[in-house]
Amino acid sequence: MLAGCEERLSTVHPAGPAASAIADLWWVLLIGSVAITLLVAGLVLWAWRRPEGAVSERRFVIWLGLAFPMTVLWALLAYGLFIGERLLPREGPDTLVVTAEARRYEWRFGYDDRPGAVTRNRLHIPAGRPVDVAITSVDVVHAFWVPRLAGKLDAVPGHVNTLRIEAAQPGEYAGLSAEYNGPGYRGHGFTVIAHDAAGWQAFLQGEAP
Amino acid sequence: MNALERHRALSRIWASDPGWRGWFTSVNHTDLGRMFMAVSAFFFIVGGILAMLIRAQLASPRSAFLGPEHYNQIFTMHGTIMMFLFAIPMFEGLAVYLLPKMLGSRDLAFPRLTAYGFWCYVFGGAMMIFSLLAGIAPDSGWFMYPPLSSAINSPGINSDFWLIGITFVEISAISAAVEITVTILRYRAPGMSLARMPIFAWYALVTAVMILTGFPPLILGSILLELERAFGLPFFQVAHGGDALLWQHLFWLFGHPEVYIIFLPAAGAISTILPVMSRTRLLGHQWVIASAVSLAVLSFGLWVHHMFTTGIPHLALAFFSAASTLVAVPTAVQIFAWIGTIAKGRPQMHLPMMWMLSFFATFVIGGLTGVMVAVVPFDWQAHDTYFIVAHLHYVLIGGFVFPMLGALYYWMPHVTGRKTFFKLGNTAFWLIVPGFHGTFLLLHWAGLLGMRRRIDTFDPGQGWEVINIIASVSSFVMAIGFALVLIDVVVNAAVAIRGSRDPWGAGTLEWAMPTPAAPYNFASLPQITSREPLWDTPDLPVQLARGEGYLGDPSRNRRETLTVEPATGAPEYIVVFPGNTALPILMSAVTGLFFLGMLIKAYWLVPVAAVGVLGCALVWAWGLQRRTPEGPLPVGRGLSLPVASEVAHPPGWWGSLFLLLADGTFFGSLLFGYAFLWTIAPNWPPQVWAQPGPHAIAILATGAVLAVIAARYARLWILQGSAMIVMGASGVLVLRSMPDPTVHAYAATVWVLVGYAILHQFIAFVTAVFHGMTRVAGHDPRTGPGLHRITVLWSDYAVGVSVIGIGAAAIPGFV
Ligand code: HEM
Ligand SMILES: [Cu+2]
Ligand SMILES: [Cu+2]
Repeated sequence: MLAGCEERLSTVHPAGPAASAIADLWWVLLIGSVAITLLVAGLVLWAWRRPEGAVSERRFVIWLGLAFPMTVLWALLAYGLFIGERLLPREGPDTLVVTAEARRYEWRFGYDDRPGAVTRNRLHIPAGRPVDVAITSVDVVHAFWVPRLAGKLDAVPGHVNTLRIEAAQPGEYAGLSAEYNGPGYRGHGFTVIAHDAAGWQAFLQGEAP
Repeated sequence: MNALERHRALSRIWASDPGWRGWFTSVNHTDLGRMFMAVSAFFFIVGGILAMLIRAQLASPRSAFLGPEHYNQIFTMHGTIMMFLFAIPMFEGLAVYLLPKMLGSRDLAFPRLTAYGFWCYVFGGAMMIFSLLAGIAPDSGWFMYPPLSSAINSPGINSDFWLIGITFVEISAISAAVEITVTILRYRAPGMSLARMPIFAWYALVTAVMILTGFPPLILGSILLELERAFGLPFFQVAHGGDALLWQHLFWLFGHPEVYIIFLPAAGAISTILPVMSRTRLLGHQWVIASAVSLAVLSFGLWVHHMFTTGIPHLALAFFSAASTLVAVPTAVQIFAWIGTIAKGRPQMHLPMMWMLSFFATFVIGGLTGVMVAVVPFDWQAHDTYFIVAHLHYVLIGGFVFPMLGALYYWMPHVTGRKTFFKLGNTAFWLIVPGFHGTFLLLHWAGLLGMRRRIDTFDPGQGWEVINIIASVSSFVMAIGFALVLIDVVVNAAVAIRGSRDPWGAGTLEWAMPTPAAPYNFASLPQITSREPLWDTPDLPVQLARGEGYLGDPSRNRRETLTVEPATGAPEYIVVFPGNTALPILMSAVTGLFFLGMLIKAYWLVPVAAVGVLGCALVWAWGLQRRTPEGPLPVGRGLSLPVASEVAHPPGWWGSLFLLLADGTFFGSLLFGYAFLWTIAPNWPPQVWAQPGPHAIAILATGAVLAVIAARYARLWILQGSAMIVMGASGVLVLRSMPDPTVHAYAATVWVLVGYAILHQFIAFVTAVFHGMTRVAGHDPRTGPGLHRITVLWSDYAVGVSVIGIGAAAIPGFV
């Protein structure tokens, strides 16, 4: 169930709905960008070989310069917004709330469903259910990032930010602090443990720490 | 008088001091432009060496070459040096060197200010280098986020070096920007209307105005953070009503425009060079100008795209995402206009043109990855990874360094007066460009594979090793290329043969002079009738040397140039420039003591140095005053014009105006910070308010009314000065009613607001008294209208910020 080591932190090997949506977005962006790069390269080549002579200012400035990027960008923007909206944490019947508190150099996680329990550097969640992580920090700015599950969100002192994550399958997923926070930055990470239904019940009963 | 005699006479008037002294007393823009560029090239080398250390460390996993303590200083200083000590000063140097030559003037608007800014840059840069050598360099990343950079988490002096050193260096950016703006608007050859102005000057104008409005938020942020670190004023401490996000807003309010401040001059160079290399005119000239302007405007509405992961509501993110993608439009307009220019012309593969092509190959990719990270969900993944590192280098190196290398090879014959002789430049090109893509292209992928930026090493087995070793090897290839460029420049400057005057067949005025340029640029100033004067009048250089233009008669034996009406280019008045002087370097050294006192916490030194700076400034300004009027003087071609001290809007007035633009942006940012904390920061409202009472407000109102009236009458300077003292009294009353500023960010912010008002009352007081002193000293009133208007400007500004600032501070106590 553990992904190959190479993909441990890979955003392009998603293991949850949010990361999948963004990975799809990335491939669309890549294809579009390669196409535009080739188009511009082709145009430069054409321009270079073309014999001297007047060109249409309208064609270059209005069509290529204004109309073309406007069209592409509006489409892109709408797509990005649509995905962004879908990824937002929204109330749902089976949504779970956990808290994540960052400090140099540790993460502490708490669970609404198991009051009083605090786990260090290991976040337990049930697989296949949306989880809202309420993120904050007690010292400097950090960020909560599980690349294979979702994008990152900062842990800002005094503020609580909520990130929706979900693991499609049970397993372990590497998490990182993704905002530079001083000398221990490199090693500042955590693990997300996604349990199957039985494992999650066991965790809630306090059997797995 | 023949051309040679004219040359001798003008050279005597304009020459810098001989020998080593000349380095320190020169106020000539050609000298200072070259010095600026040389020093910024030095910083590029330093930043480049740091980059090589980074790449050496990251070449293999689990490298033990550098530990985090060193690595963190190195990447922070690499970013800081490249952005603040290389890119911006390189633009300043290029503009300082080129603008008067392109515009048909003999120097910049404020020659001593050029020198002052340059020396502030050198001294501030030296501070940063010292910290690096001493191993106490800043280590919180180039954007210095508190609370990581705050006193609790970074107790050492490291962060202070950044906050104080960079603020010191920014004096040079602000003074250069004021100077560039005024020069472009007023110091042009007669007949050069805005429509006939060279495209590079347009870009420089836009860039300079952006510096004036972009840097103040950073300067404010640095001051606030230093106040927090040094005196415990808790602007960014959430427990005391501050907010770490305030810094991020202020920083990126500067940081995003900064990127365009770096890109636009390069775009200006491209718009200048590419048409010449294609033997044609720029396609869509007006469109290109319009897109530069809209780029500048838009770039102030994008800063939040650096904060997509800080938890700002999605709707707001959507707005900034839209704005961020939208900047691609004016960028695209320029790129396609350049491609169209190549299409309509007859392009030639000279070295400068090769660099233009490498720009296309690189910057387009950087622009597209920029659009990618402007899409919010994608940025949630890419943010703070090597994807961003790769993106920003595609933009900065592709969009600034490559065009600047093109500019180097294009203008080097002008600077040295020699032909580019060796073919080393071509070899360098073929090392740098592939080396660059080898370094950074695959790093995008490393980012997507989860490699965070700013990690000092990494574990094997995550798919990053191959990418990193390729990047490191390629970066050394690129470094060898840069070393070759350096050798090429030195060799060319030293031994190449003399070249022709206009080797590329360009049409702009900088080629209408013998090279290397004489200190006076033009033996006489041309009358301009089109955008490419040299194409219309090929023997213009000869005519100018023969003295057939304006001011060709050196018999008044002083440094003179002409200014024009900004829009039409009609000649307006004569400016008499100061001669060589050590005052600028002295004043910047004293300014340095001010910052040094802050840095080493020798606070007694700070007021002493402040008084010293004020003294220097007064000596400086007094030297510009004239006792007796001269009336209109002949300037050649049958025209007579007044001198600057006898007109209503002299250069000093224009300079004050643009300085106040920067100052006003600073004040606006401060009000923004106040409102931000009030509405967003947790732990508000504070427990206690300032309670100045109605009498403080009454005193303020009295002073303000008096000041506004008295400033209007030159005779009433004593009343004008006294009104400032009255307003100052109200400020003191507010401060005395204040709760302890270390307890809550509210009180801390109000202290700064009121302090700012009092500082400006003091400045207005000094200008009023200074103006009064010229009258006491018996100067003819006809030499004073400009000075009087300058005092009005500062007085009105002081009234405005006092009413708003003290009002904003006092009103909550009433309601
Ligand atoms: C000469 C070739 C260059 C190389 C090989 C290089 C390499 C790098 C690398 C590897 C990093 C990432 C360090 C890290 O996150 O740990 C970095 C950061 C950075 N570089 Fe460069 N760089 C070069 C030139 C430039 C130039 C010309 C500029 C700007 C004009 C620049 C601006 C920056 C900035 C702003 C950062 C971010 C620093 C930070 O995270 O605080 N670099 N560079
Ligand atoms: Cu971040
Ligand atoms: Cu930006």
